[in-house]
Amino acid sequence: MTEKPSTLAIRGAGITGLWQALMLARKGYDVTVYERSETPFTDTASRWAAAMLAPRCEEESAERFVRDLGLRSIALWQESYPGTIVNGSLVLTLPRDRPLLERFSRMTSRHERIGRERIEELEPGLADRFETALFFEDEAHFPPEAAMAWAQEAAEVAGAKFVFGTEDYDRNADLVIDCRGMGARDDLPGLRGVRGERIIVRSGEIELSRPIRLLHPRQSLYVVPRGNQEYMLGATAIESDEGGLISVRSTLDLLGAAYALDPAFGEAEIVDQGAGVRPAFPDNRPRIILSPRYIYVNGLFRHGFLLAPALGELVANYLEDGTREEEIFADSREW
Amino acid sequence: MNAPMADPMLTLYGESFASRLLLGTAGYPSPDILARAAKASGAEILTVSLRRESARQRTGQGFWQLVEELDLKLLPNTAGCHSPKEAIATAQMARELFGTDWIKLEVIGNDDTLQPDLFGLVEAAKALSEEGFKILPYCTEDLSAAERLVAAGCEVLMPWGSPIGSACGLSNRPGLKALRAYFPDIPLIVDAGIGAPSHAAEAMELGYDGVLLNTAVAKAGDPVAMAAAFGKAIEAGHQAFAAGLMEPQDMASPSTPMAGTPFAGSGRVS
Repeated sequence: MTEKPSTLAIRGAGITGLWQALMLARKGYDVTVYERSETPFTDTASRWAAAMLAPRCEEESAERFVRDLGLRSIALWQESYPGTIVNGSLVLTLPRDRPLLERFSRMTSRHERIGRERIEELEPGLADRFETALFFEDEAHFPPEAAMAWAQEAAEVAGAKFVFGTEDYDRNADLVIDCRGMGARDDLPGLRGVRGERIIVRSGEIELSRPIRLLHPRQSLYVVPRGNQEYMLGATAIESDEGGLISVRSTLDLLGAAYALDPAFGEAEIVDQGAGVRPAFPDNRPRIILSPRYIYVNGLFRHGFLLAPALGELVANYLEDGTREEEIFADSREW
Repeated sequence: MNAPMADPMLTLYGESFASRLLLGTAGYPSPDILARAAKASGAEILTVSLRRESARQRTGQGFWQLVEELDLKLLPNTAGCHSPKEAIATAQMARELFGTDWIKLEVIGNDDTLQPDLFGLVEAAKALSEEGFKILPYCTEDLSAAERLVAAGCEVLMPWGSPIGSACGLSNRPGLKALRAYFPDIPLIVDAGIGAPSHAAEAMELGYDGVLLNTAVAKAGDPVAMAAAFGKAIEAGHQAFAAGLMEPQDMASPSTPMAGTPFAGSGRVS
């Protein structure tokens, strides 16, 4: 940056845009957020997220710097958002799939291998069904809707303004930060959609207090407690840019896996289902793409809630003193 | 010296390939790592599996575009189909979507072992063959099923090594040898169950024409390095088969001539 901007237009009020707004408003910039949907959070991939903050588990398939950004984000969530629940997460397999747990253990770090007794201590509801698990103590979660509502409010408290129901934005702003996810697809060659499907169920018979991952050769499952006896079931990452309804096969896979985790899911009620499309670059890395008065923050893949705070901080630091992390920042002419 | 010539090329349905590795495209950490792994392996054929709902809505273009940019032969796969009807419909969609009449035909019989339903497979192969498809059927080492597939028009057979994704290698070596001996002129590719480069080399040492694998590379700690390792192992196994492997025997057989050497037969030399 040659000259420090003062008015910022942020495009997109998904979790990426919300954290940009929050961070930058707190730094004293004059921030306005422009969002296409009429009502908050109806049209964003974030709406379909599980909001697991599981940087260590994600290292199973993500690069180390993604993990490190995720750890930084957890700290930022914890500092600001009182709804952040740090109960760790638990990774399990059925006995016959034990090799998957060994692989998961090899690919990740800072986990504790626990046995029957400790599993029962952490999650009494899973007692006697699992011999061994990996416990990732420092991971967190929360229901995504509440966290997004908080982020908007916090940004407003810090002085950010929100304009809903418009594709347009203030073209005279000193700097535009484009956080539209798949909405920016035409501008960003290589950006693709990765579909994620999820089901929400309600049951008074299930008691889980942290995200659980059940590894399976074909269909791994995660279960995230949402409070009010609700649980989000998900895990699919399909190479497709179609949102909308969930397929019967994915439903069978997800519910079958949940039933294997705890037969009590058989009695649960299905509250909601659907699929969202996450934006990703070919290497599945997030990017901050710079041009003189326009910045794209995009490609958060399935790590929106996990990376958004850290990316907000990176952009704020960049605007402050030009710091850029080579793994994430790129110039638009390279694009 | 009497050894079969190592054919440098793998020929399938009249098309020739320098690499004998067919690589799957599922389950990599990112499309970028897939691209680099494919390059490192030297593979010239990539399998792509199609979820039917994706085909119907013509979605997933982003990913397929990236795969197509690699400029390799694409082999669509009817993975996950449980009936001939489903497999035929998927093959037809794949032909439209990828513009190729090549199809890796999979009809799954059992969800637990993912073993092929040979009856359904033969039925689907007959129907697709009549429609002009070039079929690469995922089968077992069963000889009579193989015969029916060939009769149905398959010019390539792809028996499993062991169940899909199991990494158990060649679980029925004599059966695979028998299949090779029975079909000397049909290209045979071991598909599924390969966990280590040594498994792939072993298949090639049995005289197989190629190896198809996915998970062992995609889920490796470093998929790109593992892909390169598989490329080398397949090359080595192919060369070794052509060079003529020695026969195993029960007794030691000294590699240097013993007669006339000092201390022959006197036990340990100290």
